[in-house]
Amino acid sequence: MRIGVPGETAPGEKRVATTPDVAEQLIKLGFEVSVEAGAGESASYSDSAYRNAGCDVVSNDSELWKSADIILKVRAPDASETALLRREQTLISFVWPGQNAELLATLTESGATVMAMDSVPRISRAQKMDALSSMANIGGYRAVVEAAQHFGRFFTGQITAAGKIPPAKVLVIGAGVAGLAAIGTAKSMGAIVRAFDTRPEVKEQVESMDAEFLMLDFDDEDGAGEGGYAKVMSEEFIKAEMALFAEQAKDVDIIITTALIPGKPAPRLITAEMVESMKDGSVIVDLAAEQGGNCELTEPNRVAVKHGVSIIGYTDLPSRLAAQSSQLYATNLKHLLTDLTPEKDGQIVVDMEDEVIRGATICKDGETTWPPPAPKLSAAPPKPADEAPPPPKEEDKRSPFGPLIAMGLGGLALLGLGAVAPPSFMAHFTVFVLACFVGYMVIWNVTPALHTPLMSVTNAISSIIVIGALVQISSDNDVIKWIAAFTILITAVNIAGGFAVTRRMLEMFRK
Amino acid sequence: MISAGIVTVSYIAATILFILALGGLSNQETARRGNWYGIAGMAIALLATVLGVVTQHYALLLGALVIGGSVGLVLARRVQMTQMPELVAILHSLVGLAAVAVGFASFMDETKTYVGIEETIHNIEIYVGILIGAVTFSGSVIAFGKLSGRIGGKPLLLPARHWLNLILLLAAIWYGREFAIHAAGGGGGMFPLAIMTVIALAFGIHMVMAIGGADMPVVVSMLNSYSGWAASATGFMLSNDLLIVTGALVGSSGAILSYIMCRAMNRKFLNVIAGGFGTGGGSTAGGGEEDGEIVAIEAVETAELLAGAKQVMIVPGYGMAVAQAQHTVYEIVKTLRAKKVDVRFGIHPVAGRMPGHMNVLLAEAKVPYDIVFEMDEINEDFPDVDVSVVIGANDIVNPSAQEVPDSPIAGMPVLEVWKGATTIVLKRSMATGYAGVQNPLFFKDNTRMLFGDAKDSLDSVLKAL
Repeated sequence: MRIGVPGETAPGEKRVATTPDVAEQLIKLGFEVSVEAGAGESASYSDSAYRNAGCDVVSNDSELWKSADIILKVRAPDASETALLRREQTLISFVWPGQNAELLATLTESGATVMAMDSVPRISRAQKMDALSSMANIGGYRAVVEAAQHFGRFFTGQITAAGKIPPAKVLVIGAGVAGLAAIGTAKSMGAIVRAFDTRPEVKEQVESMDAEFLMLDFDDEDGAGEGGYAKVMSEEFIKAEMALFAEQAKDVDIIITTALIPGKPAPRLITAEMVESMKDGSVIVDLAAEQGGNCELTEPNRVAVKHGVSIIGYTDLPSRLAAQSSQLYATNLKHLLTDLTPEKDGQIVVDMEDEVIRGATICKDGETTWPPPAPKLSAAPPKPADEAPPPPKEEDKRSPFGPLIAMGLGGLALLGLGAVAPPSFMAHFTVFVLACFVGYMVIWNVTPALHTPLMSVTNAISSIIVIGALVQISSDNDVIKWIAAFTILITAVNIAGGFAVTRRMLEMFRK
Repeated sequence: MISAGIVTVSYIAATILFILALGGLSNQETARRGNWYGIAGMAIALLATVLGVVTQHYALLLGALVIGGSVGLVLARRVQMTQMPELVAILHSLVGLAAVAVGFASFMDETKTYVGIEETIHNIEIYVGILIGAVTFSGSVIAFGKLSGRIGGKPLLLPARHWLNLILLLAAIWYGREFAIHAAGGGGGMFPLAIMTVIALAFGIHMVMAIGGADMPVVVSMLNSYSGWAASATGFMLSNDLLIVTGALVGSSGAILSYIMCRAMNRKFLNVIAGGFGTGGGSTAGGGEEDGEIVAIEAVETAELLAGAKQVMIVPGYGMAVAQAQHTVYEIVKTLRAKKVDVRFGIHPVAGRMPGHMNVLLAEAKVPYDIVFEMDEINEDFPDVDVSVVIGANDIVNPSAQEVPDSPIAGMPVLEVWKGATTIVLKRSMATGYAGVQNPLFFKDNTRMLFGDAKDSLDSVLKAL
């Protein structure tokens, strides 16, 4: 089948849906790849690079749409593109069917199979095709870079001949993929990083990035919703949260907000007063600008300076790192296509039984298949409250008299034995009991690593039973003689074998 | 040729040497010396008996010793370290067989006469000696069959098997009484003795058949113990202190090993012997186990993870033994150590099919023993470990032992690999372990599965490194 990669039409969009490297791997999967001329230009992938990778570079957009069986795009198709979509085609791109009901209807009507990269279920197996995560990662990184651009000071603290430079303090709200990427980037630039999230289970992740996790002194309200996303919190919780932000706003230099709740406008977390209370020259980067912004004063797609604070509302952060984000997005697409072509013969099979493919497919054969049935498993760990308390240790129920009774019984048995047994037997019995105790003392000292040699050496010495046969072999009774000879034969196997194999094993134990 | 006094002194020397031999195993440095003590003790005992007690048939004796000894040496040289459990089991059976043979010969020997209670005691000694010997013999043969794969590892569970055992036991006691009565007048008693031997053989077979593959370490050490008690009983029969002492040493050694193995599985000794564990047969016992998503990984990625780690813990299991992967494992360890990665081994007490099985395999691959640790030594270190590699182990790394109170393996101490940053599990398939319990470790977020034969997988990891 032929894959077509048109250039992005949305203004300012610099990404491209495949890179020369990935195109080469797609060709290995059995596909033919056509790329529109100049599609990768703004992401620094030249037409000749695509050509070298084995792609056909097509100058005519509509011709590309006509010849391709599969269309790979970054942004959702616009009106002119949906018009080109044919019934037998498959389109893979971001669609956001939840926000774009009209587009979904048009796409369904076209009869084509459309897979939305934003609808890939968030399960472990699908991580490799989770384009949202890879874009969020880039967004988080770029957010710090943008903040540094507008921040008038160093991130890292220094003591120089010209005086002391304090480190910048960065607050990251929302420790999802983007938040964690921002934490890591800011941290590696030397800033002091704090982070907040409504989901307590991310505390560990934040701390693993060496940032400080701000805890709300609030009883068990867990912000984890389905699929590892956050959910709407109670009123009291939000109040406590806002107080925390107000206090932090006075202290920190940079705030990066990444708080999003799926299918809802972004929560308002940073009010105008908080912005006002921030130091002059501070920076706010609002990664939720597209969904209305976490900050009250955010203006989408531009940098607003209010009360001396630069508020960055860019919605195209991944596109601002076009080469990187194209590469990751293309790799995500490749993984999806790999799953779609089980035979590696360039023929895609849309298997609606597969949870991942089912989730991503939003319309097929003129029918809308979005939203998919709920994912089976949340990525979040079970709540601590649900965890079974450690099973109470079995109390040692035996009464203190237990051993006494056993000892008494044992003593009585011995007495009974002593009463009837002749002295010769008792002498042997004494030896036997003492030997058991010696064995007990000695064996506990054996190191566990040597348990196998212990078994083979005890096996060898238990062949001491050969003595019995040796005593009997001198018998004049032929039957006894031959039985004894046989016993000597098999015990000799044991003696030689046991000691030799022990030696062989012990030879191997060396420092 | 030499006096009875000299023989006794030699026996005392042999006894002391045997105790020193076992004591020497307390650590690796003295262990080799300990083995020589054992050999010396055996040589002294043999020599003293041959010179002091034997009066004729020297050629036959020598022939048997030489032939048997050479067979033993050849076996010891040929055996592969992964087959150690089978070898140990089959050698145990020889001790049991010897005890039976000595017992019958002793019964037939009419030159020694006892009277009254002494005769009864002697007869009971013979009876018990043969009983233990026969159980050891047949049990060991079955254990050998199971360990070498000639008999399926699944437990054979006859209906009402506990009653069957009880009936066998009662029958053995009944025939013991018959035997004592018949043999009392001199002559007779052969028939009950033979019947009892058959019963004991059946009992040994039935006992080991009912025990699941995962309990094999317990069975092997238990049979080890039995072979000692058999020797001890023979010592009583022949009024020979050397046999009594040596048998008791071996018997208590095996008993302690069985106890240690049971504790490592959090099982009661009686439950193991009663058998039936591991009957789940692949069903997800423990109720409501999650069957979530597993994440597979390729050898190349494994190599990258390992090379990028600071601390690596390797947890080997029976799968490593089956795949004979220990040498490849050590090659990987050497490569990683050259890259300044801290690599250690974590060994669970019941990993493998015999106590200390993993240690022997690693030693064979020349892994220095100071990077090989017991479970108790390293279990607390897992939170600092970047990558844990689980090679063909299942139940010993199963978190449900701690998390699911009604799991069949609840309370069993396990290696807490899931506390490390990443765990890579090498496995042939998603089948459950011998305990038949689903392992939630495989579904944890930080677990990656590397499917395939352990050796092939590790070879490609090594290549990628």
